[in-house]
Amino acid sequence: MSKYLILIYQAEAVARQAEGESISASYQEFQQRHGASLLGGAALHPSSTATSVRRDGAGGFLVTDGPFAESKETLGGYYLIEAADLDEALEIAKEVPAGVGVEVWPVRVAN
Amino acid sequence: MPEAASPEVAAVVADAHRRESAFVLAATVRVAGSIDAAEEAVQEAYASALATWGTSGIPRNPGAWLTVAARRRALDMQRRAATAQRALPKLLGREDDDGGLPDMAPEEVPDDRLRLIFTCCHPALALDARVALTLRLLCGLSTAEVARAFLVPEATMAARITRAKKKIAAANIPYRVPPAAELPGRLDGVLSVVYLVYTTGHTAPSGADLMRRDLADRGLELARMLRVLLPGDRDVAGLLALVLLTGARRDARVDDQHEVVLLENQDRSKWDRQAIAEGVALLRESLAGRPPGRFALMAAIAAVHDESPSWLDTHWQEILGLYDLLMDGWPSPVVRLNRAIALGFAVGYAEGLAELDVLGGDPQLARYPYLAAARGDFLVRLGRPEEARVAFGEALIITDNDAERRFLHGRLSALGE
Repeated sequence: MSKYLILIYQAEAVARQAEGESISASYQEFQQRHGASLLGGAALHPSSTATSVRRDGAGGFLVTDGPFAESKETLGGYYLIEAADLDEALEIAKEVPAGVGVEVWPVRVAN
Repeated sequence: MPEAASPEVAAVVADAHRRESAFVLAATVRVAGSIDAAEEAVQEAYASALATWGTSGIPRNPGAWLTVAARRRALDMQRRAATAQRALPKLLGREDDDGGLPDMAPEEVPDDRLRLIFTCCHPALALDARVALTLRLLCGLSTAEVARAFLVPEATMAARITRAKKKIAAANIPYRVPPAAELPGRLDGVLSVVYLVYTTGHTAPSGADLMRRDLADRGLELARMLRVLLPGDRDVAGLLALVLLTGARRDARVDDQHEVVLLENQDRSKWDRQAIAEGVALLRESLAGRPPGRFALMAAIAAVHDESPSWLDTHWQEILGLYDLLMDGWPSPVVRLNRAIALGFAVGYAEGLAELDVLGGDPQLARYPYLAAARGDFLVRLGRPEEARVAFGEALIITDNDAERRFLHGRLSALGE
């Protein structure tokens, strides 16, 4: 079994609109269907509420408003899942009711 | 090695590698747990063959001997790693069937090449990585040879292959043939990779010669391999038909001076009749009793040309109809361009030219020299040399293949450059 992080992307405008709403029925349904594979997950506030903390290379930090990369798509939430292999992870990922789509990242396992 | 192998042994080992490297590697990946470990085990099996076959004699089935030796070596490596880490690497033990013990009789070694093809052509890998892995692992080309085929520095190709193997391991891309429900879609991806290998060889996008025959040969070899592994699949039959029916003309496509000879002017007696017969039989099989697939349609177009006794006898209406079917199912700017050319010969040069002019605005064709070259050709046929000159000039600017550049220069000078 391998672990994967599913990053859920949606349009920034949709993210702002959805703020404060409870989890949608489609996500509830997804979580019920794949409960056995889900190790964790969360929905995020819009990117306008995010803060970047970048190392300045001289031992200090540069704190700025917003995420590292500005784009039309914004990170809306994530799931941590466990699957037999990438094919199974991609099948689960395709069922996430995300507006734009998702990224599937393999999670490093310490030896 | 303590002493050099005899030339005879070296020749047998080299021949076994050329013909069976994919079989040996594919059967070893399953017990090795990773592609890298399998490659190492296979290398050691070849070294051991070179060292021992001189005294022990050349085995009856060199490929099977190498497979058994490589699997045994991989299992040894595996056991040592398991003892060291108390953990088995990822690819091991996930299979529903374990493929048997590595000490099995040679004739029982499973043919795992199909698994290897589907792993190399997994859609989660970048297209250039899929092509590189396929040539490296299925065709047994060295990294240097793959780099030469694609005209990139060896270090660039080595990095590309390493990155792809790392992704297979880190993301746990499975080593298996996809289940029936996913098979058609995944197989289409595999066929596209094989076709890309073939077309890159058939008409090289850049370089000195029109063709890179070694690469075209690898494409044919892969298509034949798929045909053996999936004998009942009609799309596989269609792809092999396409490769054979296109490749049949290759000896006529350049003259003795390596200059391009257009289909119109080719010496048709140089076409490979045996390849055409084999291709047409496969095409019939691919077309039987169902709507035609993409490769079968392209093969059918090639077959119309191959079976035409002369350029003037070409059934352009039939070719046009086939392009219409291609446009219905698999529309693309390149298909539309080829359809426009067929339209020009089937209906009239002016009609073909008008359709080409519509395509002129397509950004996807902006770097595609055949559009301007086709316009130039129709303009010549319509007796409009001034405009033809401009069109061939445009094509020259974006053509990187030296043979095609010389051809375009030739067309320009024929117009009184």
